[in-house]
Amino acid sequence: MRLITGTGLRAAYDGRVVLEGVDFRLDAGEIVTIVGPNGSGKSTLLRLLSGALKPGAGRIERAPGLRIGYVPQKLHVDPTMPLTVRRFLDLPRRVGSAKADAALVRVGLGSEIAGRQVTELSGGQLQRALLAQALLREPQVLMLDEATQGLDQPGSAAFYRLIEEIRAEVGCAVLMVSHELHVVMSASDRVICLNGHVCCEGAPEHVSSAPEYRALFGTGTGGALALYRHDHDHGHDGHHHHHHPHGHAHHHHHEGAE
Amino acid sequence: MLDDFLVRAALAGVGVGLVASVLGCFVVWRRMAYFGDATAHAAILGVALSLGFALPVTAGVLAVAVIMGLAVAVLSSGRQGADAVLGVLSHSALAFGLMAVALLPNVRVDLQAYLFGDILSVSRGDLGVIWGGGALVAALLACRWQRLLTATVNGDLAAAAGISPEREKMVLTVALAVVVAVSIKVVGALLITAMLIIPAAAARPLARTPEVMAGMAAVIAVAAALGGLQLALWLDTPAGPSIVASAAAVYAATAVFGLRRA
Repeated sequence: MRLITGTGLRAAYDGRVVLEGVDFRLDAGEIVTIVGPNGSGKSTLLRLLSGALKPGAGRIERAPGLRIGYVPQKLHVDPTMPLTVRRFLDLPRRVGSAKADAALVRVGLGSEIAGRQVTELSGGQLQRALLAQALLREPQVLMLDEATQGLDQPGSAAFYRLIEEIRAEVGCAVLMVSHELHVVMSASDRVICLNGHVCCEGAPEHVSSAPEYRALFGTGTGGALALYRHDHDHGHDGHHHHHHPHGHAHHHHHEGAE
Repeated sequence: MLDDFLVRAALAGVGVGLVASVLGCFVVWRRMAYFGDATAHAAILGVALSLGFALPVTAGVLAVAVIMGLAVAVLSSGRQGADAVLGVLSHSALAFGLMAVALLPNVRVDLQAYLFGDILSVSRGDLGVIWGGGALVAALLACRWQRLLTATVNGDLAAAAGISPEREKMVLTVALAVVVAVSIKVVGALLITAMLIIPAAAARPLARTPEVMAGMAAVIAVAAALGGLQLALWLDTPAGPSIVASAAAVYAATAVFGLRRA
């Protein structure tokens, strides 16, 4: 099932064009990662798709009543605002305590963290609390904007493994933005390499060997990708389809997807 | 009972305190203190225009405060130097307002009353305006509470849940304008921001959730209104500043409490 379709998307800040002519699609259950250098418009694209930003041109179609679980890049709660983790989980809609506890446990936080102030959490705990909040929305798509900023490499690898597990359990699609290519790409079904426009797109192995990608990131990350994938074989073999911008959608089949 | 000017003054102070303190929590959380100043200072311009066109003062103040609030919201959104823009707007609104009052032909205005409030002269009609406007803002905040909180915590998170952060900001802007319009009689244009932020800031060290903070802020504001009025009677000091000073004393006390606990 198609969840989100974007066509000919354009975005500009103060007259500076950040994105131009971007086509996008997201199907139920797939994990898609947007990579790109700083200022390439990754987060802007995510904000367009989540509805935080209106496109300057082009159109976005979402499946009717699409439930989005959104994990922001950072949660800056002003120190003047008292906010416990439990109260945060009650936004934007209140949930039962049993559900809230279950969500905290699922993301690897104990339910005893519910009484702590959000501002007291460590970076890793905060990311997991944000993920729990997103999961409580029973999302059809989970959107993560540079979710592992500030985590060390084992920390972010663990976080992305958690995302994969949750995708398998819940069956939701995952759309994430990252600059941590080697960690993220191994977990993705499809990677979109962005630099103001879509440079290349496809299975991680395809993108990491594409000349457009190497021109942006060099060849160094390819080795790290191979190394990581060697340790964590997620069975993505057989996804070596080649897809180019403006091409038509190839069909994906996943264990977790309906 | 309402024949007693002191009872009317107390009711007016309590009414303004209740609504300003709860709205003030959002002003504090969203760092809108300057925004409050700009809206409140524009009120003087509203007073001048109302008197010039022989309109009810509340209506004129409300109209100018809404326009000022929306102008500030648009001009300051997402731009660098918003701080300076707000400072310019806030103080020039006050300056133009004071000039306009002075230029009014054949009208002698007690400026002091509009700048610092004149709670002891509150009439039954004023009470109706204060409690009516206050109830309106309270209802608005209550039924949008979850949306307002979500938009305050994180705009993108709110947008993904179908809440428009811009709309919530507009709601707060209009609510602020209403509170300014109904409180000008009680604390005056220069001290309205104090009634917005001091009770909320005083409640912060006592609270672990937004709701408790709003509740504590309301309690502190009511105590400050009644205490300040009493203080004004004992010391023969102006009532508006005495109320604000009482709130500031509570702020100092809870700040010390917060430091000791931390």
